[in-house]
Amino acid sequence: MTAPLLDIRDLHLGVALGRSAHHPLLKGVTFQIMPGEAYGLVGESGSGKSVTSLAVMGLLKKPLAVSGGEILFKGQSLLALPKRQMRRLRGNRIAMIFQEPMTALNPLSTVGRQIAEMFVLHQGKSWGEAQKLAVEALRNVRVPHPDRRAKNYPHQMSGGLRQRVMIAMALACNPDLLIADEPTTALDVTVQAEVLRLIKELCAERGTAVLFISHDLGVIASICQRVGVMYAGCLVEENETRALFDTPRHDYTRGLLGALPRLGSRSQHGRQRLIDIDSIIADRSKLTETRFIAPRGAEGSKP
Amino acid sequence: MLRFTLRRILQIIPTVVVVALLIFVIFSVVPGTFAASLFADGKRAADPQMIARLNEEFGLNKPLMERFVTYVTDLAQFDLGTSFRTRQPVIDLIHDRMWASLKLAIAAMVFALVIGVPLGFLAAMRPGSVLDTVTMIGAVSGLSMPQFWLGLLMMYLFALQLNWLPSFGYGNGSFQNLILPAITLGVTPLALLARTTRAGVLDVLNADFIRTAHSKGMSEIKVVRWHVARNALVLIVTTVGLQFGSLIGQAVVIEKLFAWPGIGSLLVDSVAIRDIPVVQGTILVIVLWFLVINTAVDLIYAAIDPRIKQE
Repeated sequence: MTAPLLDIRDLHLGVALGRSAHHPLLKGVTFQIMPGEAYGLVGESGSGKSVTSLAVMGLLKKPLAVSGGEILFKGQSLLALPKRQMRRLRGNRIAMIFQEPMTALNPLSTVGRQIAEMFVLHQGKSWGEAQKLAVEALRNVRVPHPDRRAKNYPHQMSGGLRQRVMIAMALACNPDLLIADEPTTALDVTVQAEVLRLIKELCAERGTAVLFISHDLGVIASICQRVGVMYAGCLVEENETRALFDTPRHDYTRGLLGALPRLGSRSQHGRQRLIDIDSIIADRSKLTETRFIAPRGAEGSKP
Repeated sequence: MLRFTLRRILQIIPTVVVVALLIFVIFSVVPGTFAASLFADGKRAADPQMIARLNEEFGLNKPLMERFVTYVTDLAQFDLGTSFRTRQPVIDLIHDRMWASLKLAIAAMVFALVIGVPLGFLAAMRPGSVLDTVTMIGAVSGLSMPQFWLGLLMMYLFALQLNWLPSFGYGNGSFQNLILPAITLGVTPLALLARTTRAGVLDVLNADFIRTAHSKGMSEIKVVRWHVARNALVLIVTTVGLQFGSLIGQAVVIEKLFAWPGIGSLLVDSVAIRDIPVVQGTILVIVLWFLVINTAVDLIYAAIDPRIKQE
């Protein structure tokens, strides 16, 4: 068995409130991603998916802080890594695509220049060379007329094109791990499918592992080999994608699947009514008390 | 870009025309005349014959419409009229004073820019730090301090007590004479610039594309140089433009205080004796100054932000 590319062990993370108080957001999340594997994280808003990805990138902002656990990338602890070395990994070995293609690009800079920055930063290229490589990067994500498009500003592009620019930028240095945080949520359905296919194909070609975050099970099903389901800061279930859809073990996963009008798995064709997920969460509140409140109390007393 | 520039410059013309008409209307309805104020020494009534003679000489007894036509036709030939008091062409009077005013305004603005923008930038990079707190307290004090009072304090300290700098006058354009009035005039724009720069930079730092920049593995310095600076510049340029325009107005007080031979003191003196052609001409020049600055700001915007050219 090969060593995992990303190994997150018992990750605790929260909002620091003053000196000793601490509001937990992640309560012991553990999962591994193998090299070249596409791993999906699903869960509702606020379940801790995005925060997990920001912790891996080392981009948590001030009141947010990791309070326990380990993040190992190729066996190296990212949490213990000095800032300068972390910067060398970021963008180069671990890259990220964000949810909002409209605001994630600098409006005053051409997209070519923004992609070129990657080559200047991580490969020590000159601006002239980097610009040429940027055009190639745009060609790789199948942007038509890449040489002309490289001179465009973000506002001159559609949402789908901008997301392709983001993908070109993230994959510029052939990273080992791509974190995609809801990359298709802001796009309309047809564009969504194209962008998904692009991510899937490019990563398969280059052997890039993907951590794909979404609240959309359909999207996850189309791209990931394994899925983790997050709920209230915990990873409640993890399985092969097909197995998860066929035999969800956890109540919450069952709720999520039942709430979907359209499923990626054949065995559920005979479904009748959609399940209202609110009632499931209400039912689960008793379970929550026994399973989630206890560690939260213990967490709160930690410095 | 060329078409955009030309259009913005041509837009100045109609504005100037409207402003010129407004100025004429306003000064033909204000009470008091030059002749009356010239002879009114408070002891006895002015001689009606003298008043009539002066009114005759300056054409003030002609009907309003006729004076209006003269005013407009003269203006079209860049003739701002003749001063009642000195009988010199107004344009010459203004020309003599304008360079002193420009020099003062530019010096004040450079002072404000060189200190205000870096302070605001640094304060935004480390919000809540000692530098940030001190800068913001300083900025609020600078904004709330009356300029003439500050000017008097500066005079007292640097001219009277320390004897480092001359207390007033133009001194044939020497740099030393410029320092005190320029600093006094520059304090308000400095404080404003520090505050808006800080607010603008903080705004940009919270933008999504800054998170993207960090995710690319950039150092903080590169993030600032490549992505923050240009975006923050938009707000800074706005503030500089607005302040630059109103500096001429604010300069009236400072010019009086430091006996600076600028356009502001010319305006105040001319208002006092109802030298209407000079007042009209001066105001028109100040308005033109505003318009030129505004146009310049718009053009700089377009150069910074590619989204503006597209409208």
